[in-house]
Amino acid sequence: MLSPVRHARLGQVAVTRTLRNGAWRIVELITTPVVPTDYLDVIAPLRNPDVLRARIEAVRPETANAVTLRLRPGRGWQPHQPGQYVRLGVDVDGIRLWRAYSISSAAGHPSGHISVTVNAVPGGVVSSYLMKHARRGMIVNLDLPAGDFVLPRERPAKSLFVTAGSGITPVMGILRSSVHELSDVVVVHSARTSEDVVFGADLRALAAQGRIRLIERHTRADGRLKPADLDELVPDLFERETWACGPGDLLDGLADHWAEADAGERLHVERFRPTVLIAGDGGTVTFERSGATVEAPGGVSILDAGEAAGQLMPSGCRMGICFKCVLPMREGIVRDMRDGQLTTAVEGDNVLVQTCVSAAAGPCRLDA
Amino acid sequence: MTTLQRQEVNPIGHLTAEDIEAIGRELDAIRDEVIAARGERDAAYIRRVIKVQRSLEMGSRAVLLFSLFPPAWLIGTAGLSVAKILENMEIGHNILHGQYDFMRDPKIHSTTWEWDHVTPANQWKHSHNELHHKYTNVVGKDNDLGYGIMRVDENQRWHPFYLAQPLWNFINALFFEYGIAAYDLELGRNLKTKKRRNNPEFRANVRAVGRKIRRQVLKDYIIHPALSGPSFLHTIAANFTANIVRNLWSHSVIMCGHFPKGVSTFERTSIKGETRGEWYLRQMLGSANISGSRLMHIMTGNLSHQIEHHLFPDLPSSRYAEVAVKVRALFEKYDLPYVTGPLPMQVASAWAKVIRLSLPNRKATPEPDHSRPPRHPAAEPIPA
Repeated sequence: MLSPVRHARLGQVAVTRTLRNGAWRIVELITTPVVPTDYLDVIAPLRNPDVLRARIEAVRPETANAVTLRLRPGRGWQPHQPGQYVRLGVDVDGIRLWRAYSISSAAGHPSGHISVTVNAVPGGVVSSYLMKHARRGMIVNLDLPAGDFVLPRERPAKSLFVTAGSGITPVMGILRSSVHELSDVVVVHSARTSEDVVFGADLRALAAQGRIRLIERHTRADGRLKPADLDELVPDLFERETWACGPGDLLDGLADHWAEADAGERLHVERFRPTVLIAGDGGTVTFERSGATVEAPGGVSILDAGEAAGQLMPSGCRMGICFKCVLPMREGIVRDMRDGQLTTAVEGDNVLVQTCVSAAAGPCRLDA
Repeated sequence: MTTLQRQEVNPIGHLTAEDIEAIGRELDAIRDEVIAARGERDAAYIRRVIKVQRSLEMGSRAVLLFSLFPPAWLIGTAGLSVAKILENMEIGHNILHGQYDFMRDPKIHSTTWEWDHVTPANQWKHSHNELHHKYTNVVGKDNDLGYGIMRVDENQRWHPFYLAQPLWNFINALFFEYGIAAYDLELGRNLKTKKRRNNPEFRANVRAVGRKIRRQVLKDYIIHPALSGPSFLHTIAANFTANIVRNLWSHSVIMCGHFPKGVSTFERTSIKGETRGEWYLRQMLGSANISGSRLMHIMTGNLSHQIEHHLFPDLPSSRYAEVAVKVRALFEKYDLPYVTGPLPMQVASAWAKVIRLSLPNRKATPEPDHSRPPRHPAAEPIPA
């Protein structure tokens, strides 16, 4: 049973909540048809509780091909765990594009700031835009941190980090946050040259302080890192809890190597999955909610193909002008049948496509 | 093809079927150019217009808290009228057309936008984007022609009811947003039979409109007046005035889009098997522009470029001015009538027609030749 005092306090809370909800409803009526936060956005874009954004506070070049952005996340942000990534929505030439970047700063910075490090990907639209145009004061859109490339709560006695190129970013976040909680740390990092090592100075400083054993491998001089090389570099590697991040073929090789040694469960990998969407002619369209799948040829709209397969589809003018047929594309590639324009979506993008004038140009997954 | 002004000469009599498809290809090329160029400038433009509109609305409503004082009433009402016009015309109409969907910003998207209007966005999108834009100026299919209450074509049979159509049109202009809501609900058709009245979809739509009206009325006539305390009645008057000004303005602009002299209407049968080129051609001949300054274009939501808007309803309004130059050149190349004029002239022309058609056809004018039904070129045999 509740004590009378506690009961009264609970009553107060309920009254306050009712009052607050009532007041909010009136504010909503003041601003209808838009929501009050739409007006707030005009003056304070970081205060919107429904749309998470961040302001770029500083831009620091790391190497010729990498830049670190220090971000001040707005209202609604939740602290990350070291090693996690965050998706950034950047307006490139007026179009919002989302990409995942690992957080490279330590967790729990008193200012609440986080840093992400962007490596220029050849042909990468967003990374090259940020390299060129990121400025202090710029607002970007943000998602909550995600990913399970993190240290276990019980810290391992011996650990190994194997990284290549930009794969060092999440590991840097882990080291900056938790290196003092780890006793025996080996970092094997592969980069093209010594100058290309992102966070080279920080890593070498940690090594000089004896916090980590750093093994740098420069592929231009020493060739590519092969999993078998590790046996020699780190003799006790299978005794170590290992985290690896880098290009897919390296990670595949490591997975095989660890599996052969029957140590597969000690290896944790983070894949930067480069979205390779090659435009073809037609493709398999999956409607995720209904589970229906249809082979849609290149000359047939997704709307027609879906309907022919018995999928219930919203539709309107069927000529691309009324926007009633739009569906979110979770992942895939479509071609606008009017002008041949390609639209791509990677996991999490949910790009809205007009199904009546879009044909599949590869496998597509739609939220319908 | 039939025209509103029994034109002696068929405006496309000189075009061959190949010409029409060539026009279609040239228009597709113009569209491709804009799509390729579309980007940051257009995103920045609509964001700026939204920002200006919201600031203006907030500012005007703040001034109206003191609407008891005549200067505050005047400034606030003027500001709010402009804000409401911008919100409906350049922002709401164009975003709901999907013109800015390319930005992939969920806040500025045709599927999420809601506007300061009593008709809910999704109902308007159906009647406007789907019906009006697809069946532009097809008598009997495009209800924008006379909104079902007016006689808009000489070939439409006259009835004494139409004598009062200048009055209907004026009342519709004053309360245009309610007219649009009734029109989006297709009230005339849906109230006719019991079966239609009880159709669950229709009833749900009516409820949605009811909710929207309630919120709009609460906002303009209760909440904001109540916030202004002693200025309660003055703020009601100000908000009412702003709504009327916005209604009159948008009604005038929209009348100029399809009613003025020189614009063609089409028969229901004429669009059977219409090609893309023919569809384009119908948009070209079925729309009229308004000439004027840049400010004028913005205040009309760029519907002053009605012809360009009807050709490319999903291109950003920020591009219509530059598209207009190319489209006009195309009209000249193919010797087609590009109907345009200053706002007062076009409004007068549209009103003249509403008044003229409220009376039966004058006997003196020769009846159009009905021995052969007027047709769209699509139905004509290709000349040998």
